[in-house]
Amino acid sequence: MAVLIYTQNYDGKFKKSVFELVTYGKSVADMLGTDVVAVTTGNIDDNTAKELGKYGASKIVKITNSELNDFSAQAYASAIEQVAKNTDAEVIVFGNNPHGRAIAPRLSVKLTAGFVAGAVALPSSTSPFTVRKRVYSGKAFADVLIKTDKKIISLNQNSYKTEENPVDAGVEEFTAEIPANAYAVKPVEVIKSGGKLSVTDAEILVSGGRGLKGPENWGMIEEMAEILGAGTSCSRPVSDLGWRPHSEHVGQTGKVVAPNLYIAVGISGAIQHLAGVNGSKVMVCINTDPDAPFFEAADYGIIGDAFEVVPKLNEAFKKFKAEN
Amino acid sequence: MKALICIGHVPDTTSKIKFTDNDTKFDTTDIKYIIGPYEELALTRLLDLRDAGNEMHITTVTVGLQDTEPTIRKALAMGADDAVRVNAEPLDDYYVAKQIAEVFKNGDYDFIVTGKESIDHNGSRLDGMIAEFLDLPSISGASKFDIDNGKIKAEQEIEGGTLVLDVSGKFVISAGKGFCPEPEPRIPNMRGIMTARKKPLQVTEPAEAEALTETVKYHLPEPKPACKMIDPENPEELVKLLHEEAKVI
Ligand SMILES: Cc1cc2nc3c(=O)[nH]c(=O)nc-3n(C[C@H](O)[C@H](O)[C@H](O)COP(=O)(O)OP(=O)(O)OC[C@H]3O[C@@H](n4cnc5c(N)ncnc54)[C@H](O)[C@@H]3O)c2cc1C
Ligand SMILES: Nc1ncnc2c1ncn2[C@@H]1O[C@H](COP(=O)(O)O)[C@@H](O)[C@H]1O
Repeated sequence: MAVLIYTQNYDGKFKKSVFELVTYGKSVADMLGTDVVAVTTGNIDDNTAKELGKYGASKIVKITNSELNDFSAQAYASAIEQVAKNTDAEVIVFGNNPHGRAIAPRLSVKLTAGFVAGAVALPSSTSPFTVRKRVYSGKAFADVLIKTDKKIISLNQNSYKTEENPVDAGVEEFTAEIPANAYAVKPVEVIKSGGKLSVTDAEILVSGGRGLKGPENWGMIEEMAEILGAGTSCSRPVSDLGWRPHSEHVGQTGKVVAPNLYIAVGISGAIQHLAGVNGSKVMVCINTDPDAPFFEAADYGIIGDAFEVVPKLNEAFKKFKAEN
Repeated sequence: MKALICIGHVPDTTSKIKFTDNDTKFDTTDIKYIIGPYEELALTRLLDLRDAGNEMHITTVTVGLQDTEPTIRKALAMGADDAVRVNAEPLDDYYVAKQIAEVFKNGDYDFIVTGKESIDHNGSRLDGMIAEFLDLPSISGASKFDIDNGKIKAEQEIEGGTLVLDVSGKFVISAGKGFCPEPEPRIPNMRGIMTARKKPLQVTEPAEAEALTETVKYHLPEPKPACKMIDPENPEELVKLLHEEAKVI
């Protein structure tokens, strides 16, 4: 028996969210009295792979097939299925991110394993096996019972804190059999989105809305992000108007984010916007309108003109950063 | 080309969410139902491509009881050609995916489109599950969908970038942001609404399948304490609270 974690590496490196998954998997394994096995693909050196041992993985399986350098949900699901069978995995954990969303549902059908997508906490019990997940775009949570012997969970980013739990991890190589039809849809090019902190990775997001009047006014938003080591995001009309790139659009129809701190400047707080950001730990709203709905969702608010408040706040952040 | 598009029947985004029966059931009182926003945009994209001269037959499929028919009729009024309703309670995504896979097998469709996620269960599971049942490729969260001289062009967002895909044969695709470049859902006109009444809506009985999961209890989030207001003249106060109280900087 084992808890198997899909640990995606990005050009041979792991992101913090992967350590969250391993920590989570370790806690699930402790509940079940079993071990954590991590599975990864591609070119990753053994020392980097062993970093997962710090968070409790006792074995790392490296799938070495070069086919997997091109992404195919079919190929990945099939390779992971083979590892799941070899390790007799009872619970398989993915991140609720693009790879997880593409692979986990396929694996669920392959293994007839009940799948809870978007979990936000540890199972409340393992017998019956019940996990809490986000539903109704964050307006509620549901405790979902998985009825099958094998279980799949995808964990929302930033919902489980990393914790070190060092084990001496062994690395094993594995060559999977890739089904012949796995590349009927084949990636022919990868367009990298550049080195900027992506909105889903950022722990702090500074977000601007239509209240900022135009793209020329984003300098102060970017400055705040820079001071705080934060990413930048925006409301939908801002990306629709072309003021900011689409990759920054958060909300129901954009990206769903859950940073530790979300600072909303000139955003009214429409329900479709909040649906994408209400998983944030702490929210700040800066808005001229005291009746802006965002104030009902925010933890801290400043009623005021962004063009006066933000420069002053940036000075205060700078001073804080210089002293801390 | 023949497209099968999965239309979910979900509470309007602005609905107040409540539960009944000791928090085990969704309270449908005063709830207005709509087409899932992602599939509404996906349908809009298919209609735009058809209007641009691409030959396309669009069939909708919904797993739901009779109360979902107004939602299905709306999709027909937007411009879909015909509809299939699988007469069953959508027990869980595995169950729904199995039903849709059966509908696909019983027709001669070229591809299946779903939304990126439903706004009630927020699963993002259906496309991959349907594809696995049918052993077809799946493109999850497509950020582009176009037809160029009869050839399908698609892109998919992954972490840190975008995959440009070479698509051939049958496939399942879920529509994420960018799938519909003009993200304004098509609004049915009077003629659409009139003709929708006469378009075929076929009702089929569900295939044998089980649900692998079950929601046992719902919870509303803890009510947030009131927002702390900070004097705009004193932003240092906010910095202090974020550091000392919230501990996020
Ligand atoms: C199906 C559907 C899906 C949607 N999905 C999304 C989504 O994913 N993401 C999203 O964001 N929206 C989404 N929307 C749109 C959403 O309903 C709102 O229209 C949108 O979020 C409003 O953006 P905004 O707050 O930037 O602009 P506005 O609503 O125009 O608000 C601007 C705010 O700025 C304030 N302001 C003005 N001047 C200043 C100043 N000088 N200083 C400080 N504050 C100022 C105003 O008081 C106001 O509150 C969706 C809508 C629908 C129908
Ligand atoms: N009962 C249903 N009938 C038809 N399609 C559905 C149903 N439920 C969900 N879908 C489709 O599946 C997509 C993803 O749903 P989910 O996996 O629940 O997030 C939605 O955007 C719809 O296109």
